[in-house]
Amino acid sequence: MIPEIGHYALILALCVAVVQGVLPIYGAAVGNSSLMAVAKPAARGQFLLVLLAFCCLGYAFAEKDFSVLYVAATSNSQLPLQYRLAAIWGAHEGSLLLWMFILSIWMVAVSFFSTHLPEAMRARILGVMGLVSVGFLLFMLTVSNPFERLIPAALDGRDLNPLLQDPGMVIHPPMLYMGYVGFSVAFSFAIAALLGGTLDAAWARWSRPWTTVAWCFMTVGVAMGSGWAYYELGWGGWWFWDPVENASFMPWLAGTALMHSLAVTDKRGGFKAWSVLLAIMAFSLSLLGTFLVRSGVLTSVHAFATDPKRGLFILVFLAVVIGGSLVLYAWRAPRVGLGGGFAIISREGMLLANNVLLIAALGSVLLGTLYPLFLDALDLGKISVGPPYFDTVFLPLMTPAIFLMGIGPLAQWKQASLPALAIRLRWAFGVSLVTAVAVPWLMGQWTPLISLGLLMAFWILATIAVDLRERLLQAEGGGGIAGRVATLPRAYWGMVVAHCGVALFIVGVTMVKGFEVEQDVRMNVGETATLGGYAFRFDGTQQVNGPNYVAARGTFQVSKDGREVTMMYPEKRRYFVQNQTMTEAAISPGLLRDLYVSLGEPVDNGAWSVRLYHKPFIDWIWGGCLVMALGGILAVSDRRYRLAWRRKEAAVPATAQVARPTVS
Amino acid sequence: MKPRQKRFALIGLGLVALAVAAALVLNAFQSNLVFFYTPTQAANGEVPQGRSFRIGGMVEAGSLTREGDGLTVHFIVTDMAKRVPVTYKGILPDLFKEGKGAVAQGQLVAGGTFVASEVLAKHDENYMPPEAADALAKAKTAGAQSSGTLVVNPR
Repeated sequence: MIPEIGHYALILALCVAVVQGVLPIYGAAVGNSSLMAVAKPAARGQFLLVLLAFCCLGYAFAEKDFSVLYVAATSNSQLPLQYRLAAIWGAHEGSLLLWMFILSIWMVAVSFFSTHLPEAMRARILGVMGLVSVGFLLFMLTVSNPFERLIPAALDGRDLNPLLQDPGMVIHPPMLYMGYVGFSVAFSFAIAALLGGTLDAAWARWSRPWTTVAWCFMTVGVAMGSGWAYYELGWGGWWFWDPVENASFMPWLAGTALMHSLAVTDKRGGFKAWSVLLAIMAFSLSLLGTFLVRSGVLTSVHAFATDPKRGLFILVFLAVVIGGSLVLYAWRAPRVGLGGGFAIISREGMLLANNVLLIAALGSVLLGTLYPLFLDALDLGKISVGPPYFDTVFLPLMTPAIFLMGIGPLAQWKQASLPALAIRLRWAFGVSLVTAVAVPWLMGQWTPLISLGLLMAFWILATIAVDLRERLLQAEGGGGIAGRVATLPRAYWGMVVAHCGVALFIVGVTMVKGFEVEQDVRMNVGETATLGGYAFRFDGTQQVNGPNYVAARGTFQVSKDGREVTMMYPEKRRYFVQNQTMTEAAISPGLLRDLYVSLGEPVDNGAWSVRLYHKPFIDWIWGGCLVMALGGILAVSDRRYRLAWRRKEAAVPATAQVARPTVS
Repeated sequence: MKPRQKRFALIGLGLVALAVAAALVLNAFQSNLVFFYTPTQAANGEVPQGRSFRIGGMVEAGSLTREGDGLTVHFIVTDMAKRVPVTYKGILPDLFKEGKGAVAQGQLVAGGTFVASEVLAKHDENYMPPEAADALAKAKTAGAQSSGTLVVNPR
């Protein structure tokens, strides 16, 4: 009964979504405010219905209702409750429901935090989001229904893929989807602007916080996926340039470009059409990513469906969304206008260059990801594009982008002077260059790539220091440093923090690539292997029973200079239901290094083949991403957005339009 | 500069960036494409010499042997028409099993042995790497055409 309620709720949600997608947009076109007013209650009603459906599926999992096909396919009676609930998004149908649920969360958020928007604008935004949800609900109800019954019911379920039975798995998909789907808000703002033909600085100010929040989720989501691959796959890698990873990385790149372009639209009124195009691009890539990953085109842990009907629906849906919005763009963008002019050497110019570089990088990832698929689809042979391709392409594209990232924040808007910039930054450049050459040399291994990586990181930090110093000296707040710090807007601090995050990330990548040590060894019981200054002693394995698996757990004593550092317990698990073997690596994390041990195979007499890693600074990679996201949150909390929030309530006329927050 | 010239300069810069990116991409692309071949193609010498490629098929049952160092393994990849011996030094992925599909990347050395630098990890027990499935299917149709013998799909 409960699954039928869920199914019915989805059907009702579809009806509401159709209403939400049609009436408000029509109302906005003809200026009928009672039609426009439908948008808000429709969005909220749809949220409640999708929430109901989501809870119904959750209930079916919790109650082990194996008469539901999806539940039987992705869970098992032995599976612990938290993983049964995480199994809601453990495969294709359920993850679409999660997608839809998150879309409805964003819709509700828009309906609550849009009181300051003109009515027509809000109606159009919610209308466009309604249309997107029509697509997804139709998809679920026609070819991918999570509530489909299995008659007769299965005695027990086929279990969740053991790789996904992990705490990271519980949180990674919702985070990533918050990001993917969050770009639908930026997309809807852009489409609404095209429909209405009004695109001004206020539009950019409204869509900026939404974009930034989505970007923060995306950043954390991608970082968590990478972390999951690191500790769960047992190979010690953190990024494989796997098509699945690329699918989440491409919208991130587009979103990053969009955030920076919106800054120009907000502050200077420039890059209008470009911002709109980027918003369309970011969301299109999110859709492409969702479908590439979930449709079974790419083979990986994420791919489930191989039903041709689904593929067809997806292709049509993508064509409608991407094609439709691009046609609308071509038709309406000329009316939007290009915005103010600027010199090449100016902050706008540098942001533009950064954008071009990001998009070029995005294009190269897209090529490397899709080209093998095209060849395969046309039956021209099977190829794969290896990680070296992405490495070779990415480094030269990102190096100038990072260099500009240091200069950009110091350059004036509209027109800047290159010689003056060079003088302001000469110390930053000197210091970062010397440090970058000296540090690897002192560490005993100098290669140009390590130095280049460190140069980029130090360059970011040094330019931030110069910028901060200048701004604090100019700041007029009393009360010493603290007062001056308080005068700088939070949006600025957000940028500083996020850029520091990029620097930390680069340090992590450079150190791991430059200094990591890896060893595959055969180890007898009692034998010791030395790696990166640490001695690993293998004390044999013993059998351990888990709730739904049995494991061989190895014991390793790790010591450095004769002193014990830690004990490590990697496992080799065998999950009963799918009879699948899984490597559970043991990781000893640290600020400056990770030690990583994973068991290979038993050889003879209790000996095992073992994989040992010493990975310096690897946690900085994810730490850097978290710091970036933190910067984004800081920026969103800036007062100017909250001012924009309240403006409508106070019904202040246009004079407040240019008011900038001053010292409070 | 006049606005007009400025715009042209900007467009020019953009084009230069694009051209550089395109050149980089195509160059890197050219040298990093990894082609896939079936065991039949490998046995017939239709594969590139001195260049890395992928080979896929079934790991022949009973063919897996391990050297004394515990790390070097030998096994045979077959598409049920031709067999290719493979050598790999390292830890095999969890889902590598005799009688199951596998894909290896590496080079063919003199004597017809494939020296793998990587054996691909796959994520699901019941899952056959598409390349491997493809190789089996191709060999099957080719076998049916040339000799008329029926090749039994082992699954």
